Amino acid sequence: MADYWGNLLKGVSGASHITYFDTTKFKTKIACQLKGFEPSDHFVPLELSKLDRSAQYALLSTAEALGDASFDWDRLDKDRVGVVFGTGIGGLSSSEAAVQQYMLQDRTPRFSPSHLLRVLSNTVAASIALKYGFTGPNYITTSACASSANAIADACYAIALGKSDVIVTGGTESSIIELAVGGFNAMRALSTRNDDPEHASRPFDRDRDGFVMGEGAATLILESLDHAKARGARIYAEVVGVGMSADTYNIVAPDPNGKAAVQSMVGALQSADVRLEEVDYINTHGTSTKLGDLSECHAIESLFGDLAPKLAINSTKSMIGHLLGAGPAVESVAICCTIRDSLVHPTINIEHLDPQLPANWNYVPGEAISREVNVAMSNSFGFGGHNVTLLYKKYQE
Amino acid sequence: MSEEIFQKVQKIIAEKLGMKNLDGVTPEKSFTNDLGIDSLDREELMVEFENVFEIKFSEEDAEKIDKVSDLVEYIESLLASK
Repeated sequence: MADYWGNLLKGVSGASHITYFDTTKFKTKIACQLKGFEPSDHFVPLELSKLDRSAQYALLSTAEALGDASFDWDRLDKDRVGVVFGTGIGGLSSSEAAVQQYMLQDRTPRFSPSHLLRVLSNTVAASIALKYGFTGPNYITTSACASSANAIADACYAIALGKSDVIVTGGTESSIIELAVGGFNAMRALSTRNDDPEHASRPFDRDRDGFVMGEGAATLILESLDHAKARGARIYAEVVGVGMSADTYNIVAPDPNGKAAVQSMVGALQSADVRLEEVDYINTHGTSTKLGDLSECHAIESLFGDLAPKLAINSTKSMIGHLLGAGPAVESVAICCTIRDSLVHPTINIEHLDPQLPANWNYVPGEAISREVNVAMSNSFGFGGHNVTLLYKKYQE
Repeated sequence: MSEEIFQKVQKIIAEKLGMKNLDGVTPEKSFTNDLGIDSLDREELMVEFENVFEIKFSEEDAEKIDKVSDLVEYIESLLASK
């Protein structure tokens, strides 16, 4: 987490050429691959046979988060701990690999007995519970690029309803594969700035040409306030509001009027009883697609009006790319660090602000800024028109 | 029990379990009780043995095997009848 946050503050792009497969015939040849990850450094072969890369990432981020949370394992009631994780396309990479092998050979079904476990996305939640013995609610949420926002929302609900004291939540994605890159290319959703990967993800910039795929996982430990205080936990932030809506406009394209996006943001504010003027910062969905940026900013403008120029508005995706279902969780980690450090990370690559966007807003271009953030909003909008807004607040006793 | 086959089997099991030391896999070890191998891991291993030794296990026979030495003997018998 320290590396991630440090690089965000420095404005480092994670984009480079794809090395996972031969991109010769692909329109897009760039992505933000997870650097320095070698599965065999972390798992033995019999474990790997059951774990898609997305599950491997989730287990690693969960180990880090649980270490950071410093539970007293002898006192933790594991029946009161659940796991709710989000992923957009789960084990598609394992599915692709198995099908390739099957088709390339003589089509005799020689699938590994564990093959389906790698494909099924719920293996992510199951593996975490199995490893730590958490017997509370256990499932996966999926809503494309909003998946892990739904996981965090559900984690809040489970705790608010008194079903659990702690939910291990987050998101994971490992989809820099031929099927996904080719598929998104066919949708014309990806940047093809192949000769300049570090400048390819450029939300709010006039010359953006689509998003850059990313991968990875983030785990957040959500806990009831009573439980956290009783054990003296370090509280990064409180999740105070959740809003959701559906676009009902188009299966892929966002509603240019951003009507449902507004509904989602309003829902979050109302559930938290937070007024518009209390919001300091919006971590946007900000994917670097023209339609997405314009629609989201239009929604922010119509909701916040004259208050919008006072907000810090940034896009984490400008540096880490679009982690699909894992995006909201990874961005939530950035928000927690923002609230902790009173530093807002930059949006990189805004060289010429899109003239269709308000010129007097603070998109935090280029360099991080110091700002005390008490209330932060996180927007996530998934293909299909799934909108989720999470509201985070600095914890004050 | 053939030492040659045992050594191959030992190496495969140790590798799959991520054991640095081959000595953890001895003929008298039980898959379930000593090596912590569950039913799915067993299936995964059996597929590997079938590929390495170019043999075909009978599901019924394979299910009954729990000791490393029994597995080695079973592989020997299949190789002999090839």
